[in-house]
Amino acid sequence: MATVPQAQGAISPGPVPLTGTRRRIARITAVLNGRFLFSLIILVLILVFGFLGPTIFNRPDALVTVGGLYDSPSATAWLGTDNFGRDVFTQLMYGTQTSLIIGLLAGLVATLIGVFIGTIAGYVGGWLEEALMAITNVVITIPSIVILILLSIAINNRSIVTMGIIIGITSWPWTARAVRAQASSLRTRDHVEIARLSGASTLSLIFWEILPFMLSYVVMAFVLQLSSGILTEATLSMLGLGPSGSVSLGIMLQWALLWESVRTGAWWAFVPPTLFLTLIAFSLLLLQASIDEIFNPRLRRS
Amino acid sequence: MSKFGRYMLTKVLWFLFAFAVALLFNFLLIRLIPGNPVDTMMARMSSSGSATSEAQQKIYAAYIAEFGLDKPLWQQFLVYLGNLAHGDLGASFSQYPTPVGNLISQSLPWTIALQLPAILIGWIVGNVLGVLTAYRKGLLDKIIFPVSLFISNMPFYCLSILLLYLFAVVLRILPAVGGYGFDQVPNWSWTFIGSAAQHYILPFLSLVIIFIGGQAIGMRAMSIYELDADYVRYSSSLGVRQGRVIRYIFRNAMLPQVTGLALSIGGLVSGALITEIVFSYPGIGTLLFSAIRTQDYPVVQGITLIIMLAVLFANFLVEIAYGFIDPRIRATTTGER
Repeated sequence: MATVPQAQGAISPGPVPLTGTRRRIARITAVLNGRFLFSLIILVLILVFGFLGPTIFNRPDALVTVGGLYDSPSATAWLGTDNFGRDVFTQLMYGTQTSLIIGLLAGLVATLIGVFIGTIAGYVGGWLEEALMAITNVVITIPSIVILILLSIAINNRSIVTMGIIIGITSWPWTARAVRAQASSLRTRDHVEIARLSGASTLSLIFWEILPFMLSYVVMAFVLQLSSGILTEATLSMLGLGPSGSVSLGIMLQWALLWESVRTGAWWAFVPPTLFLTLIAFSLLLLQASIDEIFNPRLRRS
Repeated sequence: MSKFGRYMLTKVLWFLFAFAVALLFNFLLIRLIPGNPVDTMMARMSSSGSATSEAQQKIYAAYIAEFGLDKPLWQQFLVYLGNLAHGDLGASFSQYPTPVGNLISQSLPWTIALQLPAILIGWIVGNVLGVLTAYRKGLLDKIIFPVSLFISNMPFYCLSILLLYLFAVVLRILPAVGGYGFDQVPNWSWTFIGSAAQHYILPFLSLVIIFIGGQAIGMRAMSIYELDADYVRYSSSLGVRQGRVIRYIFRNAMLPQVTGLALSIGGLVSGALITEIVFSYPGIGTLLFSAIRTQDYPVVQGITLIIMLAVLFANFLVEIAYGFIDPRIRATTTGER
């Protein structure tokens, strides 16, 4: 999918050597003030809107009819109504919530599988690495959208959780590849050798000597997976394969397109989900880039 | 040469394997649908009253035989493979008995005509912009980089929807629906070509803009790494002209971008699915959308197969090309890891 080259671009060589706590703090605060905080604030606002909004504005049901076909925005329906006369503002809150949950689940599943496979392959090496990477390569070559379309058709009743999981299990290979490369280069570092010589078990080695040093990459990979999970959900929903019986940003767009809101000029039905998807994707990318800048001094401009 | 031959052989075997796995998925997943697909389709037919019960029974029997649904699964798979080997993708459910192959070959040219120019132009423009922004840090980088970051990260269907609304609905300067006017029939007359060109602008723009942004960002990142390389410092300190240094960087940062181009062309069929739906463009995306809505599983399967074939083939070509270009890869496949 479209996000793949970005995921590749995010992988930059070598963890940062730790040079003096004070310099690190100075460096982190320098970045924190700018893009990092900006993207974080947008994301928190979106999270609050999606998860607390329905309570704050007292809108318990996104699927209740409150007006006619595409009523324009008014004092009661702030963003007008959709094709079935349902309140768009309410849908936007629930839709954001659904999209975020699916994205988070997909990101979590993909990152967990990717880190698990990548660390084992990179650290253990040998035939296990060959086998795991062979599987990864097969999964990478088969386009995930195809598997997602076929799976979604096969699973007739798709809950939000199902959507998150199927998106997650089709998008882990890039993470696995990146993590394997990291783990493989970390394996020969001094601190790992020392821990190994002092008799630490493989499991504790991986947990205490390998994983902490890859943390920034894992976090970045998670952010990218989260973002692409949300967009993938929207793509599937617009193909008519979204979560059944719920509202997501993609499903709002699908309704808007099916019922010709764009061509009839009912902008309130399609502009809000469009803007929210763009905003979420953009702030997640910004967040990822700023994390990258914090941990990778080569990328910072003086 | 024998080493290289072995490299080619492993790659060929490798992609045959990936293709077999893909085929298996394509075959199995559709059959996981509760009940059997023929029942689903018959239920739809009888509810719409489009066929008499006699005709229905005939069609039902024909389907069961065609899919071999009365046979065990592994035999069904062999039948499926056998049909594929003859280029037979089965018949459409919703437009029975039109062969799926016909439907796809009607839609595919539209998709290719839309995507191929968008990818090529976007690739060239994006890469040039990427090198320039990386090299001339100042103003260019401050404006173009954030703009392309924003645009390329905009989900492409969002841009499609906004462009459609702005140019076709608000300003009314471009048509809003389809690949050509409603009053037209596809032919090679000038009026038809003119109409098709008008309908082409918006979907093309929404694809090419995103693609330029994505390429520019990738190329900028690659070039920034190259800028740190010794040869850049050395040639700059020797007083080599700026333009020539940019050319050096360009050539070195290019290899991954060439891969990206090949993979984009491979992903061409699936790349514009939603854009086509937004504009009701008569390509693969619109066909897939209606197939999903009408539960026309043979058409869905045919399209997913085409998408997979294109992607696998592009991946294969990239691997082979890398084998030629990069001797290190040849060495790693034959030596130790």
